Amino acid sequence: MSAAAAPSSAGSRGPVGAFLRLFARNRLAAFGGIVLGLVLLLVLLAPVLPLADPYAQDKPNKFLLPFSAGHLLGTDHLGRDILSRLVWGTQTSLAVGVAAALISATIGSAIGIVAGFYGGRTDNLMMRAIDMLMAFPYILLALAIVAALGPGLVNALIAVAVVNIPFFARNIRGVTVGLAHREFVDAARLAGQSNLRIILTEILPNVLPVIVIAMSTTIGWMILETAGLSFLGLGAQPPAPDLGGMLGQGRNALITDPHAAAIPGLMIFIIVMSVNLIGDGVRDALDPRLRAGALMRPMARTQIDRRGEAPPAPAEPALLDLQELRTEFRLGARVLKALSGVTLSVKPGECLGIVGESGSGKSVAALSVMGLVASPPGVITGGAVRYEGEDLLGAPYERLRGLRGNRVAYIFQDPLATLHPLHRVGDQIVEAIRVHRRVPEAEARARALELLRAVRIPNAERRMGDYPHQLSGGMRQRVGIAMALVNDPDLIIADEPTTALDVTVQAQILALLADLRRERGVAILFITHDFGVVGQFCDRIAVMYAGRIVEEGPTAEVLGAPAHPYTRRLIACVPELGAGRRELAAIPGLPPAVDDLPDGCAFAPRCARATPECRRGEIALAPVTATRRLRCLHPEVELTREEQR
Amino acid sequence: MGAYILKRLISAVPVVLGITVIVFVIMSLIPGDPATAILGSYATPENVAKLNRDLGLDRSLPEQYFIWIGNMATGEFGRSYSLNRPVLDEVMERFGATLILAGTALVLCSVLGIVAGVISAARQYGLADKAITFAVLIGISIPSFFLGMMMILLFAVDLRWFPVSGMYLPYGGGDLQDLLWHLAMPAAALAVVATGVVARLSRSAMLEVLRLDFIRTARAKGVGERRVIWGHALRAAMVSIIPVIGVQAGFVLSGAVYIEIVFQWHGIGEMLVNAILKRDILLVQGGVVVVATCYVLFNLVVDVCQSLLDPRVKA
Repeated sequence: MSAAAAPSSAGSRGPVGAFLRLFARNRLAAFGGIVLGLVLLLVLLAPVLPLADPYAQDKPNKFLLPFSAGHLLGTDHLGRDILSRLVWGTQTSLAVGVAAALISATIGSAIGIVAGFYGGRTDNLMMRAIDMLMAFPYILLALAIVAALGPGLVNALIAVAVVNIPFFARNIRGVTVGLAHREFVDAARLAGQSNLRIILTEILPNVLPVIVIAMSTTIGWMILETAGLSFLGLGAQPPAPDLGGMLGQGRNALITDPHAAAIPGLMIFIIVMSVNLIGDGVRDALDPRLRAGALMRPMARTQIDRRGEAPPAPAEPALLDLQELRTEFRLGARVLKALSGVTLSVKPGECLGIVGESGSGKSVAALSVMGLVASPPGVITGGAVRYEGEDLLGAPYERLRGLRGNRVAYIFQDPLATLHPLHRVGDQIVEAIRVHRRVPEAEARARALELLRAVRIPNAERRMGDYPHQLSGGMRQRVGIAMALVNDPDLIIADEPTTALDVTVQAQILALLADLRRERGVAILFITHDFGVVGQFCDRIAVMYAGRIVEEGPTAEVLGAPAHPYTRRLIACVPELGAGRRELAAIPGLPPAVDDLPDGCAFAPRCARATPECRRGEIALAPVTATRRLRCLHPEVELTREEQR
Repeated sequence: MGAYILKRLISAVPVVLGITVIVFVIMSLIPGDPATAILGSYATPENVAKLNRDLGLDRSLPEQYFIWIGNMATGEFGRSYSLNRPVLDEVMERFGATLILAGTALVLCSVLGIVAGVISAARQYGLADKAITFAVLIGISIPSFFLGMMMILLFAVDLRWFPVSGMYLPYGGGDLQDLLWHLAMPAAALAVVATGVVARLSRSAMLEVLRLDFIRTARAKGVGERRVIWGHALRAAMVSIIPVIGVQAGFVLSGAVYIEIVFQWHGIGEMLVNAILKRDILLVQGGVVVVATCYVLFNLVVDVCQSLLDPRVKA
């Protein structure tokens, strides 16, 4: 997991942001609840309301329009009062729908629990039968049942209930299977409890929320279904008032007197919609994945909300300059400052290593360069990213896109997750070429093949047609490298490219990268937490802590004489082969939470050399020698310009 | 691939047999004597006994079942007493009409649903997303039979854009243009609910996929946003959208029953409802078995599409 994703996933559990999103959804659910409540109230009050007799016919006054005297909603084809029939019909439809839902939830859940709990042959047999029922388009089964039992409201109810049993059985079985082998169930078994008792006291309480969710999402559907069967004349039989039946009868005079059909139809619509709204609300509230607001899609480019002017371009722009770059993650009221002012530069052909613990902001810095920090929640709030002096934060999206993969390419950590699983690897490389250059397909293929050979993939022609899952981890990362190199970029940003690989493959990939760099003269920004890798690979290193660079300098100098206490502790954490029994020193304490950074040096709380001055004000990243910069008041070694002489 | 299809075909056999068993069991639940029902006022004891013998109803239930499926296997579905014609002829004719209607609706709901879902996900919490989410909520809550009736009032009676009902003009017509003109409203009405469901699931499938690392890789390569959404993300999301469309086929086929009644489209749903009201058991049995079998085969096709779409699922 890269550091970029870490704060976002930790942060999306932030209670406030999640609550706000929930609230927005629940406003709809509340609206549904109020509407349904009003309908229920109307239905419950039906016996005491001054309603006309729903059966009283008055043929001379048939098809009176709504708002006629004595008939608020008019009359139907037999002159019966529509309002009265609507209220009584709603009562019937609701009662039948709810009853059907309860029956099928009870039977279906019972089947699901038994099948899931006992497993084995019982499970197999029951689920096969359920699969058979599911093989029918549901209405065929309902029609067959009504055909056998005969039309009528009760039979329609039975049909709708039976048809929905498989849905409950399957869902509940799935949950029960997961529960049946949990510790508390085993414990109950060992305690000698009977299976029935275990089911009732251990399993049932745990599957109940799932049953509730399943019911809340299907009950509207069942009301609709029973109304539908009545509409077809297979449910409630005349003269009984029923919404579906009223709609069916109204259809016969649809063109001349549409209100007789429209009114009951609207009522069904209102009921089903309010039930659906409540169902969505219940599901959202009970489903932890949705509650976490995890379903946020990142936009094409990191959002930029730069306060103040961009810093002026440096006098001698390098290939890449980050100036006081600030990136934060906004999660509701919580703001995680992933980068609080990062300044670094990469010269052409140079390799700069960024080292730090997870969460130090190194991946965020890497992704910020090309606006690839997931947004929302990521926002770049200040500083500048300059490519050959050009401010990319102010550049239009198309300019940025033109650079991505073309002048500045990325290699990511986990090659299985970062390659498209359903595209052939050859096509993925070809695409990288063709989004930037109008070249014929054949030419692009030849180039892709050349690159696959350059990264030493054996049988490159055949591998072109493979999918990522058919390759080994090391091969996949070679594909990732080939894809990054294919447009001869000036800069490659490698975000922990070897972390997901095993050690021997790691060494091969590093050797490959080193060779390619020598041959092609490409600059590399190398993100890692591993000093060993940095030592053999990078010209310079920058050490990051809590969203800032704390020390920077040529690799040999920094590794040989670390000046920042954090750097020294970090190097001490690396086991050295053949170094004998050296004590591995873990750094006491934890990195600070980036939504609550202390004043002064962020490392002070964990630092043995810290003094009260360390906790006050801003400590600058100051040049201490011609080549080294340091953010510390009490360095481990005295570095002065004089010393360098 | 051939071996995979064969394997799936073989595994469909027990399912189809199971369907016939369920239909047979349900039908044998019918209270009273079918012969009496068929004969109506001619139900003298002698006639009932003779018909029972003719229909094989004097035998044991398992015997009856094997005779029944044996006959069906040879294409002999019996004769509808209410229509006085062979069940299979009637079922095939009606089912053809239903396939035109349901097939069109399925294509409509898949295309519109996926497009709406993708746009909704790509513009999450934007205006388009809110509008689509609202439309979807209405769409999945409105009873299709009610919607069909309201469409008739608006588009056929008031605006006179489309005919009120039927599949062809009674006189003349009969060509493709005429069919499409008659098909527009019922197919649209039938597609609405399924479109809503497909849009909802496409949206969440897209949101799942858009967060994944390979989307970031595509962007890091410089792939344009349109291609990221419609090429990379949708391609991956289709893996979870296709099964939903398979399920929707069952719902569309079911919804077709109502739509056929509303628009007097002479399909199998209308036939089944009439057959039930007239207690024409052989017709109901034949219709249910044919439609359910086709549905099983359709789902098999969906599974094969799924395996073609996702190289990780190997046969």
